[in-house]
Amino acid sequence: MGSKLIAIVVIVLGVIAIAQLVRMYELSSKLSKKCESDFNSRDNNMNGKLLFGFMLFQFIGFIYLMLKYGWTGRGESASVHGDTYDWLLNLNLWIVIGVFFITNFLLFWFGSKYVKKPGVPAYFYSHDNKLELIWTVVPAIVLAVIIILGLRTWNDITDDADKDSINIELFSKQFDWTARYAGEDNLLGKFDYKLTTDANELGLITAATIDSAIYNMENGVSGIKTLEKKLNDAQLMMAPDDREAMVTDLSRKQRLIRLLYQMREKHDNKIDAMAHDDIIQKDTLFLCVDKEYEFTFRAKDVIHSAYFPHFRAQMNTVPGLTTRFKFTPDITTAEMRTKMNNPKFSYVLMCNKICGGAHYKMKMIIVVLPKKEYDKWMDAKKADNFLSKFAPASAPAAVEEAPVLTDSTVVAGN
Amino acid sequence: MAVVAHEGHGHHDSHGDHGAHDHHEEGFVSKYIFSQDHKMIGKQFLMTAVFMGIIAMLLSILFRIQLAWPGESQDFLSFFLGETWAPGGVLKEDMYLGLVTIHGTIMVFFLLTGGLSGTFSNLLIPLQLGARDMASGFLNMLSYWFFFLSSIIMVVSLFVESGPAMAGWTIYPPLSALPQAISGSGTGMTLWLVSMTIFIASSLIGSLNYIVTILNLRTKGMKMTRMPLTIWAFFVTAILGVLSFPVLLSAALLLMMDRLAGTSFYLSDIIVGGEMLTNHGGSPILYQHLFWFLGHPEVYIVLLPALGLSSEIISTNSRKPIFGYRAMILSILAIGFLSFIVWGHHMFVTGMNPFIGSVFVFTTLLIAIPSAVKVFNYLTTLWRGSLILTPAMLFAIGLVSTFITGGVTGIILADSALDISVHDTYFVVAHFHIVMGMSAVFGMFAGVYHWFPKMYGKMMNTRLGYAHFWITIVGAYGVFFPMHFVGLAGAPRRYYDYSVYNEFDTNAFEMIMDLNVIVTVFAIIAALGQFLFLFNFFYSIARGPKAPQNPWNSNTLEWTTPVEHIHGNWPGELPTVHRWPYDYSKPGAENDFIPQNVPLKDGEVDH
Repeated sequence: MGSKLIAIVVIVLGVIAIAQLVRMYELSSKLSKKCESDFNSRDNNMNGKLLFGFMLFQFIGFIYLMLKYGWTGRGESASVHGDTYDWLLNLNLWIVIGVFFITNFLLFWFGSKYVKKPGVPAYFYSHDNKLELIWTVVPAIVLAVIIILGLRTWNDITDDADKDSINIELFSKQFDWTARYAGEDNLLGKFDYKLTTDANELGLITAATIDSAIYNMENGVSGIKTLEKKLNDAQLMMAPDDREAMVTDLSRKQRLIRLLYQMREKHDNKIDAMAHDDIIQKDTLFLCVDKEYEFTFRAKDVIHSAYFPHFRAQMNTVPGLTTRFKFTPDITTAEMRTKMNNPKFSYVLMCNKICGGAHYKMKMIIVVLPKKEYDKWMDAKKADNFLSKFAPASAPAAVEEAPVLTDSTVVAGN
Repeated sequence: MAVVAHEGHGHHDSHGDHGAHDHHEEGFVSKYIFSQDHKMIGKQFLMTAVFMGIIAMLLSILFRIQLAWPGESQDFLSFFLGETWAPGGVLKEDMYLGLVTIHGTIMVFFLLTGGLSGTFSNLLIPLQLGARDMASGFLNMLSYWFFFLSSIIMVVSLFVESGPAMAGWTIYPPLSALPQAISGSGTGMTLWLVSMTIFIASSLIGSLNYIVTILNLRTKGMKMTRMPLTIWAFFVTAILGVLSFPVLLSAALLLMMDRLAGTSFYLSDIIVGGEMLTNHGGSPILYQHLFWFLGHPEVYIVLLPALGLSSEIISTNSRKPIFGYRAMILSILAIGFLSFIVWGHHMFVTGMNPFIGSVFVFTTLLIAIPSAVKVFNYLTTLWRGSLILTPAMLFAIGLVSTFITGGVTGIILADSALDISVHDTYFVVAHFHIVMGMSAVFGMFAGVYHWFPKMYGKMMNTRLGYAHFWITIVGAYGVFFPMHFVGLAGAPRRYYDYSVYNEFDTNAFEMIMDLNVIVTVFAIIAALGQFLFLFNFFYSIARGPKAPQNPWNSNTLEWTTPVEHIHGNWPGELPTVHRWPYDYSKPGAENDFIPQNVPLKDGEVDH
């Protein structure tokens, strides 16, 4: 801290010193009886030259950065639409870089060239409709091209996915991602956030999960029964705040349990199969090269954004809303590592919407595999489907329905 | 008391010199604190904004240090943030977001809206229109004191135990609605909302006052088509403010309800911190629509006054009429109108219907046309001029440069397809800092250097002004050029530490880190350069040489008022306007400028 205080003092003294030097210089030049207008024109000319010099600094700096960093960070696009995207981005970049160079050049060139010279009056030139027309119409034409090309690409990217694309759901919460493959039937099981329990983190709907959620809410550690017992316990001393919080919690849970019972009444067991074969995958997302994926996104708590920089894809995940994005990876991780000459490179899914303190750590590694390897991984994974993983919280009514299911999924798969 | 104050500020109020206005002895309080004089209120806005600007700049340096040298212990951080927020000199994750949020909020609202528009609208509208004061001096005073109060609350929120608001300056719910999600969404966010509510009240009162003054209090002969472009810019800015700020207020109120009254405007199906909330049916997207319905016009609320000021300064110091006066007015109006139908371009990847997205692409790119017209008109004004490169003129030229440089990248961001991969990356940060931040800051500096003689009756030191300009523009480009490349590499904004890149892309990691260090070094240089300005500013107020009547040989009416401020602006009658404000270097004229109150000669044509 001491060193910093000294630094601050030095800075303050430095500013004062500069100011004093300026003052002395001004006083001395007044003493030497320099004419005021000479003085100004010297400053004027110097700043004119500096404007031109700054332009060079700006241009050279930009070109240097462009050459050194212009393309390195992004790398080659790893998805099919990404190639179009890159083409369009480069086209637009060249247009705007052109405009940047031309207009900045004119600005600084005029700024240095037309510095006041004795005896040269300014040229009175107040308007010219023809010129105005030119620089209204020319940008309009260029923009029309940009808009048309942009919207064409936009429509392609946001269009519906092919029917045979693979469905994956990406579920976001503070601060990680969970993927859910649709399984053999390629149908994602339905979900409701009220069914979320430790055993069912994604809130999938099956008869068993509903029962389990009800059981949990009634008999769980801080379930309704426990809360009621505590609140009615005359022996238990509680701070008023804690009591109030508990009452709020209880009333919330009572509202939720009513909704859960309604859900159970209305539940149709036929939809359970959609969820049963779903495969939940954490940490790493495996994708198959050259396969189209239809991603749907959900958020548990706050808005996140699923950002796949290498695939030129991004979509926000919004609580209470399902969003979607599709893309087809076309370069495997192994190939990309060779291309990038970096054996440690991986594709990544990052969070790109501020979501809390550890926002910057919220990511998921993506591995794009050739078809053979992907199928192998998938085959091994199939046994780990939701049905086999879901362990009801000692729910009384959880009945195994597995045998029926396999048949129906085969049918759906065909 | 009054005598002391007069001496201290070098004012000599010429009581009774002017008959048109009855005048009474003013006390210190009514003259310097609860003043209803537009010139004093303008100066109060400026002082408050300078104070807020220093804070916001300091915050940015604090988090820039973290970005360049993540995880390294810095005395500088612990000096300012203490052990709570920077234990061992390392910034906390939450506080990083808090700094980013408050930096953005202060810069956008308090410096560039309140400070820029508040200062110069107040100072220049009556002076350039030939009015004695604003339509309502009392409301004007109220507007300042609301601004002051909201500034205080915003600064206080930095010192709250659970931290200031941390959800980004756009405070998207649910993050901003749920204290369980981040600590700053507790008291800090409440204070943020209260502060902004008061700020909006201030802005509305001010804007209504500006509009009424411009429409009703123009002096004789001051037709709308003879108003300086500054006034046109302030006029459209005020209209934008009146139409859009109430929408922000409603967004903030609904958020307040969600936070305090258990409503579900923005909340649906949420489990946070292990708690299952019962809110159902709300939409966070609704908030974004409401926010950006203000948020985008806000960009032009910030930018238009700067463009107005620079139009005036460039014309004066080129000794040439502004090229295409009417085209400039039309483009201001077009920008103002279009700014209301482009907000969706902030939301291309929020899950909004892609078709609506394409409509916003179209409207947004249209804005490039009036912007291009403005740029080319500036260039043509410089062409064959007789440039006098005062610090104000240099800043105005700098503004045109940043307006171009930042503007062109907007074309990429407005293109929904291209936005997908650069949305919320540093490319966006670079874009809006250059086009909105730097342009508006340059416009503000240009305005301060140019109208300082009018505000304080003193001249600022030119040389220090030059040094300040060159450090600032080199610093600004040094900060924001490299940021574009960080963004093109796909680095998300609002990341506390880019070391995470190490885990999947070491090449990108090295590049981002290299650039981050460059950015931070330039940011520190630019920040230090501002001390030159601060020194020059305060030193000149106290000891600058006395200003002449019309230091820049300018045409507009403010230079016909006495150097010493008087209540009512003109002793005796108000000036009558006979011509437009841009008769510079008119052929056949004696001087290279003809003030607006000089009658047309026989046979001379109005513009």
